[in-house]
Amino acid sequence: MSATAPTAFNARPSGRASAFWQRLRSGDDIAYVITLTCALTILALAALLVFELYMNSALPREKFGWSFLKGTTWDPVAGQYGALPFIYGTVVTSALALLIGIPLGVGAAIFLAELAPAKVSNGLTFLIELLAAVPSVIFGLLGIFVLVPALVALEPAIRAVLGWTPLFSGPFYGVSMFSAGVVLAVMIIPFIISISREVILAVPTEQREGALALGATRWETTWDVVLPFAKKGIMGSIFLALARSLGETMAVTMVIGNEAKIHQSLFAPGYSIAAVIANNFSEASDALERGTYIELGLVLFGLTIIINGLARVLVLTTTKKGAS
Amino acid sequence: MTRRLFIVNAALVAALTLGAASAQQVLINAGGATFPYPMYSKWFDEYHKKFSNIAINYASIGSGGGIAQVTAGTVDFGASDGPMNDTQIKEFQDKRGSAILHFPTVLGADVPTYNIPGVTAQLNFTGEALAGIFLGKITKWDDPAIAKANAGVKLPSNNIVVVHRSDNSGTTYIWTDYLSKVSKDWATKPGRGTSVDWPVGLGGKGNEGVSGSIQQTANSIGYVELIYAIQNKMTYGKVQNAAGEFVLASLAGVTAAAAGMKEMPEDFRVSITNAPGKGVYPISSFTWLLIPSKIADPTKKKAIKDFLVWMLADGQKMTEALSYAPLPKAVVAKELKAIDKIQ
Repeated sequence: MSATAPTAFNARPSGRASAFWQRLRSGDDIAYVITLTCALTILALAALLVFELYMNSALPREKFGWSFLKGTTWDPVAGQYGALPFIYGTVVTSALALLIGIPLGVGAAIFLAELAPAKVSNGLTFLIELLAAVPSVIFGLLGIFVLVPALVALEPAIRAVLGWTPLFSGPFYGVSMFSAGVVLAVMIIPFIISISREVILAVPTEQREGALALGATRWETTWDVVLPFAKKGIMGSIFLALARSLGETMAVTMVIGNEAKIHQSLFAPGYSIAAVIANNFSEASDALERGTYIELGLVLFGLTIIINGLARVLVLTTTKKGAS
Repeated sequence: MTRRLFIVNAALVAALTLGAASAQQVLINAGGATFPYPMYSKWFDEYHKKFSNIAINYASIGSGGGIAQVTAGTVDFGASDGPMNDTQIKEFQDKRGSAILHFPTVLGADVPTYNIPGVTAQLNFTGEALAGIFLGKITKWDDPAIAKANAGVKLPSNNIVVVHRSDNSGTTYIWTDYLSKVSKDWATKPGRGTSVDWPVGLGGKGNEGVSGSIQQTANSIGYVELIYAIQNKMTYGKVQNAAGEFVLASLAGVTAAAAGMKEMPEDFRVSITNAPGKGVYPISSFTWLLIPSKIADPTKKKAIKDFLVWMLADGQKMTEALSYAPLPKAVVAKELKAIDKIQ
């Protein structure tokens, strides 16, 4: 169907309008034109976004060139701008969020889809989907007033277990890259759970029945048959979660500490790209500073593409291995 | 966004003039600083009640936005917590072919606020101590530089946690302007600006972010806008002024800082931090309206000039109810003369 419609459309003879109108009335061409327009609109929006970001960041691009990406100084007074601390903070907090969020989210999705009684599953899923609709500023507030004090109380325990690594060294003030990662994890888990659960539920029952008939236990069926089947969808949920955590603004800026420096320790404050744009763009004092925030937007766009691409390559290679 | 608003407003004006050609409606667009926004919105509202044909629409988009938009000509006048610098003034002249005028409206101040467990006394800070703390050179609360101004207060030997604003703000400009005047080290390295390269500390978004972080973090110190501190009943320290007194920030002390300026420059672009005189609170500043010296539309020009006259007389009487410090009389007199520069 989808293959025939475009040919029908493309082969439309230009001179014979009446035939075209006839086909239009039959519906296929209308649907084709409408959906094509929708798809092109999305493409155009993305292209326009990149174009505007590129054009408006001309000033800092000319002044700093590629060194903008490597610079570690952010000094608006001296007009010196380097984006590395923000790139670092964005990547570290998102990685931490995925590290916490993936096992918890996928684990919960498996339980809800495969093991929990239907009533419990539906009730819990409803609550989790509500969680996904909570505005991020609320998560930020919860972060600063509930999570940060809790982490301060938990700090000795974390330090006792992980304190030997440089990742958990140095003083801890409550606001830190670690806190931001945890808040992001809480925010992305609902996405991972609700999509992964749907995907697991969509695995055909025959797959399960087949495995069970061959003598597999329930867990073996889930782990060896259902999950590989649902892998692509689960990965999709993780991509969405990653995109949300990379671009998150309010919740991050409230708990990350907003210090434009690169620290090895997760307990130290940091800064993310989205947070610095939100904090400073409206009050940028001159054209160069304003341009740098727009360039940071471009950098975030590029970063998202690169990370998403890498993740997709990873999925492709692992899926191939699984198949062979 | 604002441009679209402008177009909508322009359409509205057109509709109104068509509808009621007799009563000439004047709609003026302005935008800029957020700090004086409550005051400005009260003024514009009161003025509209008095002269129903004049409506001034103010978007509190931040000082940077105010400067950018008045330069681009998308607003009739702008507003900023910091004066425009020479580059910005030149940019305005190149683009618009006329000068930009600064008109002080009210005064604001920054206060140091802190959270030291076990210390309830109101602390005294010298400029040297504040600069040392924010430079990361003074790292403990019982450092002699702090202790010597606070005899009788038992200060703990804990590490100081510095909290500053993470967003660009006029509040930061006033704070760093003061530190630049009292410390040579500060003036050379971070310097003054609406956002600087902080040597130490955590960043909080807005006054509420800074005060939230201070409440959450033991042994911390930060700075907030005086009005914010008054409205939220926060404790804040006294700061030593140029005359050597430790002064607790108050509206009177802020107005005194402006009155202490012996010579007000013709363009009103003046910093009054660390101002001389008794009773002066040293971390104070004006906030300005930015008005083009040439306004093409004669009705708009008249409306803006009339508003300025009203703001300097009746408007000033409304300031203290909203916790803003009013302008000293000498500045008002000088501004009244400067209104003639608008042509």
